[in-house]
Amino acid sequence: MNSSLGGDGFLTTTINYIANWGRKNSLWPMPFGTACCAIEMMGAFASRYDISRFGAEVARFSPRQADLMIVSGTITYKLASVCRRIYDQMPNPKWVIAMGSCTCGGGPFDSYAVVQGIDEFLPVDVYVGGCPPRPEALIDAIMKIQKKIENEGAPII
Amino acid sequence: MSVDSDSVIGSIRSQFESSIYKTYSFRDETTLFVKKESFLKFCRSLKQDFKFTYVIDITAVDYLDIRVPRYEMVYLFHRFGDDYDENIRIRIKVELEDSDITIDSITPIWSGANWLEREVLDMFGIEFRGHPDPRRILMPEDYKPHPLRKDFDVRNRQPSKESFEKELKEGFE
Amino acid sequence: MERVEFITESPDSGDGVSTKSMMLNMGPQHPATHGVLRIVLHLDGEIVVKAVPYIGYLHRGIEKLCENITYQQCLPYTDRMDYLAAICNNIGFILTVEKLLGIEDEIPERAKVAEVILFELGRIESHMVGIGTHALDLGAMTAFFYCFKERERIYDILELVCGARLTTSYPRVGGLPLDLPEDFEEKIRNFLKIFPETIDEVDKLLTRNKIWVNRTKGVAYISAEDAINLGLSGPNLRGSGVPHDLRKSNPYLDYDKYDFEIPVGTDGDAYSRYLCRMEEMRQSVKIIEQAINNLPDGPYAADLPEIVLPKKELVYTKMESLIRHFVLVYEGLKPPVGEVYHGVENPKGELGYYLVSDGTAKPYRMRVRGPSFVNMQAIAQMVKGAFLADVITAIGSLDIVLGEIDR
Ligand code: SF4
Repeated sequence: MNSSLGGDGFLTTTINYIANWGRKNSLWPMPFGTACCAIEMMGAFASRYDISRFGAEVARFSPRQADLMIVSGTITYKLASVCRRIYDQMPNPKWVIAMGSCTCGGGPFDSYAVVQGIDEFLPVDVYVGGCPPRPEALIDAIMKIQKKIENEGAPII
Repeated sequence: MSVDSDSVIGSIRSQFESSIYKTYSFRDETTLFVKKESFLKFCRSLKQDFKFTYVIDITAVDYLDIRVPRYEMVYLFHRFGDDYDENIRIRIKVELEDSDITIDSITPIWSGANWLEREVLDMFGIEFRGHPDPRRILMPEDYKPHPLRKDFDVRNRQPSKESFEKELKEGFE
Repeated sequence: MERVEFITESPDSGDGVSTKSMMLNMGPQHPATHGVLRIVLHLDGEIVVKAVPYIGYLHRGIEKLCENITYQQCLPYTDRMDYLAAICNNIGFILTVEKLLGIEDEIPERAKVAEVILFELGRIESHMVGIGTHALDLGAMTAFFYCFKERERIYDILELVCGARLTTSYPRVGGLPLDLPEDFEEKIRNFLKIFPETIDEVDKLLTRNKIWVNRTKGVAYISAEDAINLGLSGPNLRGSGVPHDLRKSNPYLDYDKYDFEIPVGTDGDAYSRYLCRMEEMRQSVKIIEQAINNLPDGPYAADLPEIVLPKKELVYTKMESLIRHFVLVYEGLKPPVGEVYHGVENPKGELGYYLVSDGTAKPYRMRVRGPSFVNMQAIAQMVKGAFLADVITAIGSLDIVLGEIDR
């Protein structure tokens, strides 16, 4: 540590960089799991895949404490307003992962009750295809979000 | 198995000769068609005298343009026997005219019928007389059509959208 | 998303203390509802006066969708109902179509035994999540990780057999689509060696754990009579002391040839149901053991040209097979006019399919009797007069899956 700090004990950076660095490595997901994909999401949280390696294991079931919403599972019109409301309750900055074909575009359910893609009512940052996507795919999506935060970030104030 | 299903069904038929107007058998499953008027009485006796204590399933079929009467209610009952060693199942059907889609609720007899009947109400619009809680169960309450009717298109998302937009505007109650 | 509303009520408790009844909205997005269930609780202090469940947040219209596609195409939709044990749903559907076609007797032995193995794996898979998440809801996190570890092992086997982890869509009408992979037997034997240890571990973690016992014993009680009247099935019925299991009473897939017992609870509470599930997994291990020892060689699909797809090698080399393949995929199979109901003992209870055929390749009506849908009705009765925290126990012990409730 000391050697990398150049002996003087301080380093120079921009506020944006350090904030983004912090944000990206401590994503607090809000798992909005509804159906089959939620089981794979649980798989990603559990022993074998262990999402905490990417700093995103602190699942918050209260939207007010989260900054990443993982929408996994079919969203029906009946549920859509709930989903939207939860998104609205999350503090800024916030990101959304659409996990599974259902959230990306209705998936196999081209029917009267299912929303054909959550981007009808939510801004989505990363889409993960698959029915269900494997946990690796979700981890990949989280890494993509991290990249996004690193590169663009969000205003600090 | 202490009693075989044929003899049980035979005795049901002989006791309710006037109410059962048709029987039908396919792949070892017997279906009895019961007249709508005597349906409730028939069900009471089915539970009390014939010990069909367990309701497995209630559903309906819409035979639009195929058959008159248009709707058919389908009930499936199971009998355990005293030592839970029997496996007797019986399917009861009641035909409903398009002009009068109401039927007596069997929830007072088997409380397990409650949600199953509500689902039929939701999906087919069949009304149950004497049901303790006749509300839609799966679709939102302000939803109008009945999705499982044959004249409803599976891709008709308009009604769902309307109820979604309304909810978004008014807030989640 | 929880909202609290206060309703002032007449303070007529007699002792001069004015009380307020409170309405608490639990769900649809709540970690302990196992999906998108919403329950409105009327509370008097900590006591639940009335609980009204609202469902339908995951209604996807599977029954309607299936009316518009061929029988083979319906299979993937069955996965997505009870996604915790997709393979059991698949097998249930396949058995129903086979019954409708009247070809049960033609299914080769190898396919049947393989289906039994997969079915029981599905049961273990589902109970593992059922118990794991139930424990998680009540604060025991470790058990959840132990259970998921085992699930991953089952996923590996399923992946080997059919290529998918969760949504298997595996057997076909008439048998298996491909022969079992070579190392299937070895993998299963391996699993059988490791898995009982995990059950013991979970057993050690929970069964005599004071917190677990206190939170589940005597909670969410339902009597045998009520359970029958409400139409409960599976461990929820057996936990109340009713020894009803379709594998015994209506032995499909030749279950009568296997030696196993039906665990029955005595108390009808959450703890009883938990014990039933634990014991059921042990019995499943026993069944798989017998099945793998008797897995015969031979054909894996029935020899029925108008129902079963020809082998891939033949499709690529023989003209007739190619045509047959094309016709069968393009037109679908056409069962005779008629209707059947077939129930299988899913991990959650009786899963029934009711198919009405009008002689075409599409089901005229497909009805699914999801066990969780009927089981869920019991919640109102179970939590009445209980503490608020017991609602979580009740939901967990019913082991519901919303995909099946709403379909
Ligand atoms: S994408 Fe597939 S696995 Fe995921 S929720 Fe939809 S149907 Fe289920």
